[in-house]
Amino acid sequence: MTEPLLAIEGLTKAYPGVIANSDVTFSIGKGEVHALLGENGAGKSTLVKAIYGLIRPDSGRMLWRGQPYAPNAPTQARAAGVAMVFQHFSLFDALDVAENVALGMDNPPPIRTLAARIREVSSAYGLPLDPGRLVGDLSAGERQRVEIVRCLLQDPHLLIMDEPTSVLTPQEVEILFRTLRQLRAEGRSILYISHKLEEIRTLCENATVLRLGKVVGRCDPREKSARALAEMMVGTALHQPEREQQRPGDVLLEVKALNMPAPSAFGTSLKDVSFAVQSGEILGIGGVAGNGQDELLGALSGELRSASAAVTVKGENVGHAGPNARRAMGLLCAPEERLGHAAAPDMSLTENALLTGAWREKLVHNGFINARRTRAFAERIIKRFDVRTPGPHVVARALSGGNLQKFVIGREIMQRPEVLVVNQPTWGVDASAAAAIRQALMDLAQNGAAVVVISQDLDEILEIADTFAALNGGRLSAKRPVRGLTMEAIGLMLGGAEGENDAAA
Amino acid sequence: MMLRLEKRSQPSKLWNWATPVLAVVLTMIAGGLLFMALGKDPFAAIKLIFWDPLFNPRFAAYSRPQLLVKAGPLILIAVGLAVGFRAGIWNIGAEGQYIIGALCGAAVALWFWPAPGWYIFPLMVLAGAFGGWVWAMIPAILKTRFNTNEILVSLLLVYVAEKILAAMAVGRMRNPDGAGFPGSRNISQYPAAANNELIANTGMHWGVVAAFIAVIFTYIMLHRHVLGFHVQLAGQAPRAARFAGVAPARLVVLCLGFSGALAGLAGMFEVAGPARLISIDFNSYYGFTAIIVAFLGRLHPVGIVLAGLLMALTYVGGELAQMALRMPSAAIQVFQGMLLFFLLAVDVLSNYRIRLNVREAM
Repeated sequence: MTEPLLAIEGLTKAYPGVIANSDVTFSIGKGEVHALLGENGAGKSTLVKAIYGLIRPDSGRMLWRGQPYAPNAPTQARAAGVAMVFQHFSLFDALDVAENVALGMDNPPPIRTLAARIREVSSAYGLPLDPGRLVGDLSAGERQRVEIVRCLLQDPHLLIMDEPTSVLTPQEVEILFRTLRQLRAEGRSILYISHKLEEIRTLCENATVLRLGKVVGRCDPREKSARALAEMMVGTALHQPEREQQRPGDVLLEVKALNMPAPSAFGTSLKDVSFAVQSGEILGIGGVAGNGQDELLGALSGELRSASAAVTVKGENVGHAGPNARRAMGLLCAPEERLGHAAAPDMSLTENALLTGAWREKLVHNGFINARRTRAFAERIIKRFDVRTPGPHVVARALSGGNLQKFVIGREIMQRPEVLVVNQPTWGVDASAAAAIRQALMDLAQNGAAVVVISQDLDEILEIADTFAALNGGRLSAKRPVRGLTMEAIGLMLGGAEGENDAAA
Repeated sequence: MMLRLEKRSQPSKLWNWATPVLAVVLTMIAGGLLFMALGKDPFAAIKLIFWDPLFNPRFAAYSRPQLLVKAGPLILIAVGLAVGFRAGIWNIGAEGQYIIGALCGAAVALWFWPAPGWYIFPLMVLAGAFGGWVWAMIPAILKTRFNTNEILVSLLLVYVAEKILAAMAVGRMRNPDGAGFPGSRNISQYPAAANNELIANTGMHWGVVAAFIAVIFTYIMLHRHVLGFHVQLAGQAPRAARFAGVAPARLVVLCLGFSGALAGLAGMFEVAGPARLISIDFNSYYGFTAIIVAFLGRLHPVGIVLAGLLMALTYVGGELAQMALRMPSAAIQVFQGMLLFFLLAVDVLSNYRIRLNVREAM
């Protein structure tokens, strides 16, 4: 047997109150694409951070080409030949591509040389990138290229990718996979973290499955079905979201000719957006990140004001109204960014329950906070949505992404909204939590609410939505029933071509 | 071997309250070294500042009442500032609002002089609060309308207020019977307007009462009322605050207005009581010292009471040290400055823990 590139033996890391990794053993060979599978909180991040030198394991050892390997800092990991592309990009909008790449390097060459190298490497790997462009003007896919190119410039032997496709269009995923296969052909190894099982089945030849910090299985994902993989990961049979077909009812939310200038220099302005959602309907709004999703959510939540008649709830104009007035009308929202937008990171779950629940749950009386009711409301959310946390006194940032997302979505659903708008409801959430959230959204529609799901995950939209519309450059296509919609048609809608066809017809 | 900072998953409750104590201890050590460098006995100096004002029978009769006299305005201003600081609204110009409040209060008193009337003092209270509020509204409106920086505007307005004070002391408010000396009539000797001790030899005057009312009011607002929740939300996560329906502009006006009104009140109580009259150098930098008090008290009303008393002690003890040890007056200001410096430095402990890393062989 040949010596593996990286071998991990008995790695254990405990945090106060939780064992993140317990006796984890696995290895990655040279030129191998290895998948790391597991629910949120299964210990994938901790493991990867140990490899990248961000944390130090309590016990166990790592071998890099047979030699002991114990990086104290990412610089040491990079020096050994480990590079990592994070799920959340660490880029500065106001700097150009070359400057951003230089900031992430240990010994950046002069910017002119670097720009030439970026051009060279990016075209060699089929990831075209203009080093002079401002990162703020790039799409999510292009931003990811910046991160990947930054890694490739260091000539890595092992590339770690954390949920790389969650922000990409199907076409961009194709390009990324081609690049990854090319890297493999060059003998580089890739550690690929994803919850999209189909991707892992097409890309990876080995998978290590983690559950609650322990390795619970190893397999060749090409030989397993996606369902089997998911069940290995969750440990139980996976619940598929389902619901009966619903007869649509009255229009609950209507947006008419909504125009809104971009709220910031790198925002997107909304142009003539119109749609209506009926009782019992789930409208899926697809589109690549940065095409106006945040702005649309802001315009619906009331954080951004518009012409009074541009947004109506149950026939009443609310475009001019603030978030709480809209909540009073039954229009609730859950934004994409969990920490800092949907929830205050350093506040307890009780306080975060108060954040949107104050009015509808009657948590405030004459301006005074009813501490008991607020705590009880937080506890109800935690119980009903299976949020894994010691209790409502815990601060939001101490929760894993999936658990906080369950809390944030649960907080809105528990308030019995008549219209619910969610942006990226399952971004970075593991399979079972995602299934629970989707089921909750479908139950809500079943009970007569109008639901708008803004998502970059097309599979998600196709799974739960009744109708589909695409956001492109701040414009929204006409909505079409999901039934009978082909991937090609969706691709055209996402590209903004669909509207032109309609005009020609 | 190296030191490393590791972020805590939750801010440490223990360190949150232990850091002010640690900062005081460090200030005593560094202050002792400073006094040693000045050729004074450090232990005697520290004892003189922190112990003698309270417990030395020679000084206590004078010093103990002075403690409340000095702590009153500091606490009153600091609780107002703390509300804004929690919301991330930085009113650095309390000193200016304090001066304008004092001028407005004095103006009412001087207008009615020498007529009697129960309504004069309450009117002065309203005028003082109003003056401070107006002076704070300038940075508030400039910020909400033109997005100017409230730190800069409020700070620079202090110097404008000082110029107005000087102009008033030698101009409109000068005592016509004062033989041409700058300074107004003695308001503390005008019974209808005087803010004298309520209980003899305690230092307790209306300003101290107002400070304690403000502390209780602020405590309830911050911890029981939805407004306090919005203040903290805006300070910690501005985007989440907008999502919760908090209007940032309204909060700016509210926080600056509240702290300005309290600073104005403090100035008014001071001019009608301990300071006695409007003079060119009437202001004694309570407005700036209150910033230290607010942070030393962890922006918490109860903490601010303790911090205000401690800071008052350094004032009173500092005066003793000046007299008894011939210490320069700047030394005590350096001392107070060090307190804030150490506090901010050790504050890192409440969010981070220090890890000693013994580097292993690779």
